[in-house]
Amino acid sequence: MGGFGFYGEKGLPGINVDELKGKLIVLEGTDGVGRSTHIGLLKLWLENNGHAVLDTGMTRSALAGEGLKAAKEGHTLGRMTMTLFYSTDFADRLENEMIPALRAGFIVLTDRYIYSLMARAIVRGADPEWIRGVYDFALKPDIVIYLRVNIEDLITRVIQHSGFNYWESGMDLHLGDDMYDSFVEYQTRLLAEFDRMVAPDKFYVIDASANIDQVFDSVRATVEPLLKLPHLKSRQA
Amino acid sequence: MRMYGKHRFPGKLFIVEGIDGSGKSTQIALLQKWLESEGYVTFFSEWNSSPLVRDVTRRGKRKRALTPMTFSLIHATDFADRTEHHIIPPLKAGALVLADRYIYTAFARDVARGVDAAWVRRLYQFAVKPTIGFYFRISLDEAMKRILGGREAIKFYEAGMDLKLSEDIEESFRLFQSRIIDEYEKMVQEFGLMVIDANQSIEEQQVQMRQIVTQALEGTKKTRIRKWVDLGSMVRRVSPA
Repeated sequence: MGGFGFYGEKGLPGINVDELKGKLIVLEGTDGVGRSTHIGLLKLWLENNGHAVLDTGMTRSALAGEGLKAAKEGHTLGRMTMTLFYSTDFADRLENEMIPALRAGFIVLTDRYIYSLMARAIVRGADPEWIRGVYDFALKPDIVIYLRVNIEDLITRVIQHSGFNYWESGMDLHLGDDMYDSFVEYQTRLLAEFDRMVAPDKFYVIDASANIDQVFDSVRATVEPLLKLPHLKSRQA
Repeated sequence: MRMYGKHRFPGKLFIVEGIDGSGKSTQIALLQKWLESEGYVTFFSEWNSSPLVRDVTRRGKRKRALTPMTFSLIHATDFADRTEHHIIPPLKAGALVLADRYIYTAFARDVARGVDAAWVRRLYQFAVKPTIGFYFRISLDEAMKRILGGREAIKFYEAGMDLKLSEDIEESFRLFQSRIIDEYEKMVQEFGLMVIDANQSIEEQQVQMRQIVTQALEGTKKTRIRKWVDLGSMVRRVSPA
């Protein structure tokens, strides 16, 4: 078995990675690429195959989740404050949700991980090396699946689904005259940051512009090798 | 991104550090009174300033839900807010900013909790380097005498009870604070902190502080706001010249 490691040398105080028996699977991608849909499908498939699954996502931590929501509604926090608030939320989820589940042998599926948080921070002016250093305490996942779309497809999807919202358009950055211009500029910058991480962070890139079934086939094929356990054979869903 | 280093703002930043009971808060309050009487515009920056982050921190503490890592990060978040709202704007405006506790508190506390020393220093790289950082050095016994005399009960995290050093809160406090003192002592040289012997009388300490601050202020214009910034809270809080 592979075994976990931290990004930095020291990692989290008081955590012994040798105790973590589960698997950590990350789905990354910009807003509106269908991450939550595929998390749901993957969870169902894994459970059907006899795996215990915990799914988790950003800004849901018991400690900082509510505070972050309030912050986003009020837009009162500065950029650095917001960046670190997200890292607090992430640390809380890592230590209090993901690690206990990994210890218990669960497969942890997380909707976004440090990569989204780093991309957002960098687009907002944080030094790339600095923010990466902040996340030295993060566990290296077993697999990072990056659902990638180009900006044109992304625009179509967002219009069809939820429409443009303030944060997904990066309106706090004042990048364009209106939400559309701002969205295009902001998401283009985010995509560029994600693309920069593909090689160093060993992302499995899946083209998310295909239909859901095709994308999910690729997601499943990526995850499958990880599950080759002596006592559990995965079957086709 | 601005990194820890000598700032180019027209204002000056004076900060005090030391364990509880070292008398640093008394000293910085006296320093502020004096600076104002000398005609400087001062601005006092408190530790827990953002209501939003403060609520999260309070809840985490009340529920004892903070790990060394989240304790460190939530305080860094709060410090970022303080930097963005209460330190950089008044420094830009040319004020003398006074801070009771600064990044060194976080370094001492977090490392005493087992957080990696190099990591936490990098975490705070966005902080403005103080013009002068005073460290009020006091023995643990003397600080304990002052604390146990006249204040409310010691709190859970203050005593480092999360580290399970001792079941007894006073004993835990003592063990935790002695680790913190060790960390402060290491930082005196690392960050060039100005050591004040906190066993001296209040007056003696204040005289030393004023001498050091006077030197640092040579050539600094009084009451001159060079560049006003659009920040309502600051406008209200800076005392009129």
